[in-house]
Amino acid sequence: MQSVCPYCAVGCGQRVYVKDEKVIQIEGDPDSPISRGRLCPKGSASEQLVNSPGRQTKVLYRAPRSTEWERLDLATAVEMVADRFIETRRRTWQQEDDQGRLLRRTMGIASLGGATLDNEENYLIKKLFTAAGAVQTENQARI
Amino acid sequence: MANADCIIIQGSNMAECHPVGYQWVAEAKARGAKVIHIDPRFTRTSAVSDKHIPIRAGSDVVLLGALINYVITNDLWFKEYVGAYTNAATLVHDDYRDAEDLGGLFSGFDPEKRAYDTSSWSYAEAEDGTIDDPGPGSEHGEDATARAAGHAYGSGGPPLEHAEVQRDDSLQDPRTVFQIVKRHYARYTAEMVRDMCGIDVADFEYLARAITENSGRDRTTCFAYAVGWTQHSLGAQFIRAAAILQLLLGNMGRPGGGIMALRGHASIQGSTDIPTLFNLLPGYLPMPSAGRHDSLGEYLEAVGSKQQKGYWADADAYTISLLKAWWGDAANEDNDWAYDYLPRLTGAHGTYETVMGMLEDEVEGYFLLGQNPAVGSAHGRMQRLGMSHLKWLVVRDLNLIESATWWKDGPEIESGELRTEDIETEVFFLPAATHVEKAGSFTQTQRLLQWRHQAVAPPGECQSELQFFFELGQRIREKLADSQDERDRPLLDLTWDYPVDEHGDPDAEAVLAEINGRHLAGPDAGEPLSAYTELRADGSTSAGCWIYTGVYADGFNHAANRKPGQEQGPAASEWGWAWPANRRILYNRASADPAGKPWSERKKYIWWDQEQGKWIGDDVPDFPLDRAPGSHPDPSVGGAAALSGDDPFIMQADGKGWLFAPKGLMDGPLPTHYEAQESPVANALYPQQQSPARLVFPRADNLSAPSAGTPGADVYPYVFTTYRLTEHHTAGGMSRWLPYLSELQPEMFCEVSPELAAERGLEPYGWATIISPRSAIEAKVLVTDRMRPLAVGGHTVHQIGLPYHWGVGSNAVVSGDAANDLLGVTLDPNVQIQESKVASCDIRPGRRPRGEQLLALVAEYQARAGLTTETGNRAVTDPTMED
Repeated sequence: MQSVCPYCAVGCGQRVYVKDEKVIQIEGDPDSPISRGRLCPKGSASEQLVNSPGRQTKVLYRAPRSTEWERLDLATAVEMVADRFIETRRRTWQQEDDQGRLLRRTMGIASLGGATLDNEENYLIKKLFTAAGAVQTENQARI
Repeated sequence: MANADCIIIQGSNMAECHPVGYQWVAEAKARGAKVIHIDPRFTRTSAVSDKHIPIRAGSDVVLLGALINYVITNDLWFKEYVGAYTNAATLVHDDYRDAEDLGGLFSGFDPEKRAYDTSSWSYAEAEDGTIDDPGPGSEHGEDATARAAGHAYGSGGPPLEHAEVQRDDSLQDPRTVFQIVKRHYARYTAEMVRDMCGIDVADFEYLARAITENSGRDRTTCFAYAVGWTQHSLGAQFIRAAAILQLLLGNMGRPGGGIMALRGHASIQGSTDIPTLFNLLPGYLPMPSAGRHDSLGEYLEAVGSKQQKGYWADADAYTISLLKAWWGDAANEDNDWAYDYLPRLTGAHGTYETVMGMLEDEVEGYFLLGQNPAVGSAHGRMQRLGMSHLKWLVVRDLNLIESATWWKDGPEIESGELRTEDIETEVFFLPAATHVEKAGSFTQTQRLLQWRHQAVAPPGECQSELQFFFELGQRIREKLADSQDERDRPLLDLTWDYPVDEHGDPDAEAVLAEINGRHLAGPDAGEPLSAYTELRADGSTSAGCWIYTGVYADGFNHAANRKPGQEQGPAASEWGWAWPANRRILYNRASADPAGKPWSERKKYIWWDQEQGKWIGDDVPDFPLDRAPGSHPDPSVGGAAALSGDDPFIMQADGKGWLFAPKGLMDGPLPTHYEAQESPVANALYPQQQSPARLVFPRADNLSAPSAGTPGADVYPYVFTTYRLTEHHTAGGMSRWLPYLSELQPEMFCEVSPELAAERGLEPYGWATIISPRSAIEAKVLVTDRMRPLAVGGHTVHQIGLPYHWGVGSNAVVSGDAANDLLGVTLDPNVQIQESKVASCDIRPGRRPRGEQLLALVAEYQARAGLTTETGNRAVTDPTMED
């Protein structure tokens, strides 16, 4: 399968080899006019990004004042996040400024991230957050 | 870069940070191109260059300004190019006063507001007016200052009211841009470079000769930079300085020319185009600001006047098509296309302001999406303490990064500042999908969109952001479905309906199709648009990001184009898709002379074909296709129709490349050297030490070291600069959990010169403690002559190199102290980027103290230096200048 390296912004072509629904190797794509088959140490290691033993594949939750993580199923977690999003938005809503000008926003919700994500993902994030009035969306491009 | 005859890499370690891209530099060098690396450190980029020129961190504008001066003084500028394609001949307002006249300030500075009223920087206009003056568009004093906030503009900058400028084509009038530039840089000499940058005169002359001998009709020089240029309190001006030089030499819009931004994340370009950034809407349209953009009319007038030249005059079509993409039928002519569904800004709401908002308990909830600010953002302690004030935190990542675990194993737990049992923050860790477990597009550093196909499904509970945010949006909309509250209308009216696969993952191509846009009316209703020129302001088109329109032309995903490179020409236009309109070199009309002929056979790229009556060549022409070279439409018609045949800079309001920026910058119309917020060197060019318009945050938790010549400066006598290694990726979230990469670069270290090691008694491979006014960290000592002490202003400046990949936690394969903990928060006023490439510190042998002792050490230094929240934070250095 043809893919693109997820590290820096050169955009080297990758070929992803799959066997029994597992990624078994990732190599440079010789067809890419950008990279001509080459990958750097990070790109060459990207198979471990997918399969490294330390990777988290389960939802974790830390309750207030707790000293440990606990398990939570995904649907419950999304439900809880949605509730907190709505509640915070309501509590911190700013309809107008002190001169009566429209603000229509919340300063109670923020996000950071996007430079490692897909255009389509950033598009949904920006669209949803803007509609919700959460203006503090930021990513590595500011940093 | 492969086509360049000379390549200057400055503010980047390209061979180590973009190794595969560097093959094109190597290829150019093999053909005979000269490669020069200008950097505080000797790196592997230096090792494979023709020459390494060490520079004092933060002094780049002195060097670039001296190159500008050299080019003008020695009459080496490209006269035909400069005269026709830049604003060199344009006259500037009578009230303009240069930094040369005002001790380093430009006209219009208000020390109270720490900001400029930029109205005197505008172009002169016939009959004594200025371009701003006439009619209701007038903006002076308070208004202009308020409007000038950098975050309020998209990429086009603020509009000119129209494009009817005054010119003196002889360039002799002292009010011409050319004469102003010449005068501004007259004191930026080789000797000044020696005294301020630590570069000897012979090296400067070598550099100046290399650049000028490799520029002109037959030859081109390119610059490449990375965050070594952006992460400064005047970072935008570093890049502007290079732009002036490249315009004077005729190196823009031509093969082998340009100023290449080497970006460090796979889609950091894409996340700017489709911005997860507070100040932008997709396609570099600004987010509306209260008081400036209260109505759609005001907004559109501010983004692009109908009377100015070029494609920003069509901002109404881009904006209304975006509103149609987001709110569909709910966006109609009667409600100004749902313009009031957009939230408003009231100033800068960047990531550092947000963290300070957390400390004030104004921010309750925070999403971290593949980002690790506990390690990767400036002032790590402020980041972590800010998060400890949140009610809830959602971390979506592949691994348990330090930003997810600071509450149990962060440095503030060790120092006793935080106690896990006291922290109220709820933390959700949601595992993310990797790049091979989802389909979608990245936009790489040359604006090229490349599609990735999904190879496997994500494991366990891992999800793409696409799926997570789609589902979160659905849940929120379901929960609000019965709401009568008007504030919920934008969420409920949002177009939020994408086809999903059997796992519930939305079809990324359907999202791409929405971004591309479609016809909404007429015989083609529902069909994809082919080009942004098809967008209309009457609600008959939609497009989620106008600059991406065309990526899905004819219903085909052009980001997935994969004709092998070996079967194509050098532009490789059938591999991926570059915005806009699949153009590979921007402003490429400048690759031909004013008459439309290539400047030379060797640098032939786009040219006018008289027979066909259109522009043709090796790329998609970045110009109205049938606009003949000699045509001079009436400028008052506005928009693309007003572009003359010799106006290659089609997004600029006057069609010209700006040597002098009459609008758009917060900190000056011309790059001017100021010292960093923290510097052991006094500014030899002006009494003004630091950039007067820099954004400072005078807070007890954000103290600054004193500058040269003020008491306490010797407490933090050394300069440190931060950087990356080949084997790690930024804050380590995608590298310190991988055994291969962790083994290759296992631990935090600092690079010091043998001279500094001797001065401070640092043992090779032993430990050192580095102390700044914010924190102290420890690192292994690498003594190397790759770090060279510089003779600057009569004394020696030692620089320390610090990679910033490690962080304190217990989950990664390798961990260590974070260099970014040493940094404070001082920002560039144009872009709110922090100054993290230069700051002051002390260094001493041995490990840092643990627990409360660490805080005591930092406090002892602060006391010894006499730091207060005032230290280093004056806007105007010399108080007598304020009158």
